[in-house]
Amino acid sequence: MTDSYYGRPILKEPAWKVPDVPAYLFLGGLAGASAAMAAMADATGRASLRRSGRLVAAGAATASVGALVHDLGRPARFLNMLRVFKPTSPLSVGSWILAPFSGLATAAAGSEVTGWLPGVGRLAGIGAGVLGPAMCTYTSVLLADTAVPAWHDSYPELPFVFGGSAMTSAAGVAMLAAAPQDRAPARKIGWIGTAMEVAAGLRMERGHGIVSEPYARSGLLKAGRGLTLLGAGLSVFARRSRIAAAVAGSAYLAGGVCTRFGVFNAGVESSRDPKYVVVPQKLNRQTSKTR
Amino acid sequence: MGFFTDTSVCIGCKACEVACKEWNDVPAKELDLLGTSYDNTGELGANSWRHVAFIEQSRPSTVDLGMPGVRDEQDGVRWLMSSDVCKHCTHAACLDVCPTGSLFRTEFGTVVVQEDICNGCGYCVPACPYGVIERRESDGRAFKCTLCYDRLGDGLEPACAKACPTDSIQFGELDELRERADRRLAALHDKGESDARLYGRDPDDGVGGDGAFFLLLDEPEVYGLPPEPFVTTRDLPSMWKHAAVAALGVAAGVVLAFAGKRR
Ligand code: SF4
Ligand code: SF4
Repeated sequence: MTDSYYGRPILKEPAWKVPDVPAYLFLGGLAGASAAMAAMADATGRASLRRSGRLVAAGAATASVGALVHDLGRPARFLNMLRVFKPTSPLSVGSWILAPFSGLATAAAGSEVTGWLPGVGRLAGIGAGVLGPAMCTYTSVLLADTAVPAWHDSYPELPFVFGGSAMTSAAGVAMLAAAPQDRAPARKIGWIGTAMEVAAGLRMERGHGIVSEPYARSGLLKAGRGLTLLGAGLSVFARRSRIAAAVAGSAYLAGGVCTRFGVFNAGVESSRDPKYVVVPQKLNRQTSKTR
Repeated sequence: MGFFTDTSVCIGCKACEVACKEWNDVPAKELDLLGTSYDNTGELGANSWRHVAFIEQSRPSTVDLGMPGVRDEQDGVRWLMSSDVCKHCTHAACLDVCPTGSLFRTEFGTVVVQEDICNGCGYCVPACPYGVIERRESDGRAFKCTLCYDRLGDGLEPACAKACPTDSIQFGELDELRERADRRLAALHDKGESDARLYGRDPDDGVGGDGAFFLLLDEPEVYGLPPEPFVTTRDLPSMWKHAAVAALGVAAGVVLAFAGKRR
């Protein structure tokens, strides 16, 4: 038993709302990886993949901004996010990534739908594609730069979990939406993403002593990994079979949602129990004393 | 400027809690009996900027656990009481992560939220290693102790320190408070109170020292305080490095997936 004050939490539980913030994490990743995929599809002349990628990037980015604004205690003041640029605040840095990204992704999608200004659409698409990978991983720093033990301690793995999960989500939509002859790159993106997410996820669940417990216990994370692996497996058959592609794509997306909610919930859980604060901090003190 | 809270003379009267609410117009909460000794405040938060903790420890008088001090020899129960408050950290995580610039460092070295700027993003809430700042549900914005910024501006001491009848809460220049605390600690150690310790006094600790520090009679976690808090932004460069490598991994993966001839 760890000593504590009537078992009360030491930390404040994150005030962020569910599903707003986990959805914001998921959508941001989906948008970022889709934009990168669309830019490459554009460069290699895969029209259906470019089209679906651009539309998803714009839609998910807009929805992600919406979720972020909705979570604010004072939504009318959301523009205060861009009042300053603060390098010490991952949310400030993130807002300055998210704002131009959403603008560019929306411009690219607009040109895609209307057929107007294809040159501008292409440039915007490239811009969004370049910012895309940052969109996939900045949210990991957002979570890690808190006193929440499970989030902070896993800062080395979290960006890889999020980046990999963003890739599988983007691949998932592409498998559902892109034409069969354009599916090949999406399948590969899905496999690379799966490898990244699963490897980092396993490390996160084992590498941090008792702070890993909420991750190791999480049914959502297990489900997320299972679904992602299912998607990766099924997409082997996705070249020919439309049904396999559709099921694989859906599994990837569902897996992505489970993973984000799983990471979010595990962090909240670790903020509730004082032992996740006390035990590691005392351990730190001992090791720094004997050093 | 800051606080030194000497918990060894705290009598648990809660004058500080009341004075703080009065002066700062902090909303009351509904009567809620927590069943945790005489403490029905429970924790610091948006609506409680001072919180008096009550700890009842049973120390059977037959066994001497080496815990002298405030103790009733008859039933072997000792009382620990401590008035907790925002620590006004030298390296304050809440301030670091605030994206709007609403949280700022005042000319007195304290950490204050500007109510007209906060957009209620809630980032400061999980960032604080002491679990102090909180979003007020009825309002949407974040609130915490201001160390009576308005009173300091007028040359007054904070309301809680003014109200404290035993001088458990002392307000002043940090250097002077630290000296005073060191003297008090030495005196207690001389008396045999070997578990007495200062908490948050050391400018080299994980948060660069607390602007509000404490003299405790037991381990910090007994009072609901983290034993070795640190400001997570100290790891921020490494966090961004990992995120950048992962982002490059995503970029490389996407590019790679399009490589090779079309099939
Ligand atoms: S104790 Fe928490 S709320 Fe107070 S200054 Fe430090 S980090 Fe900010
Ligand atoms: S809730 Fe307000 S004070 Fe806290 S980080 Fe957000 S803008 Fe800053």
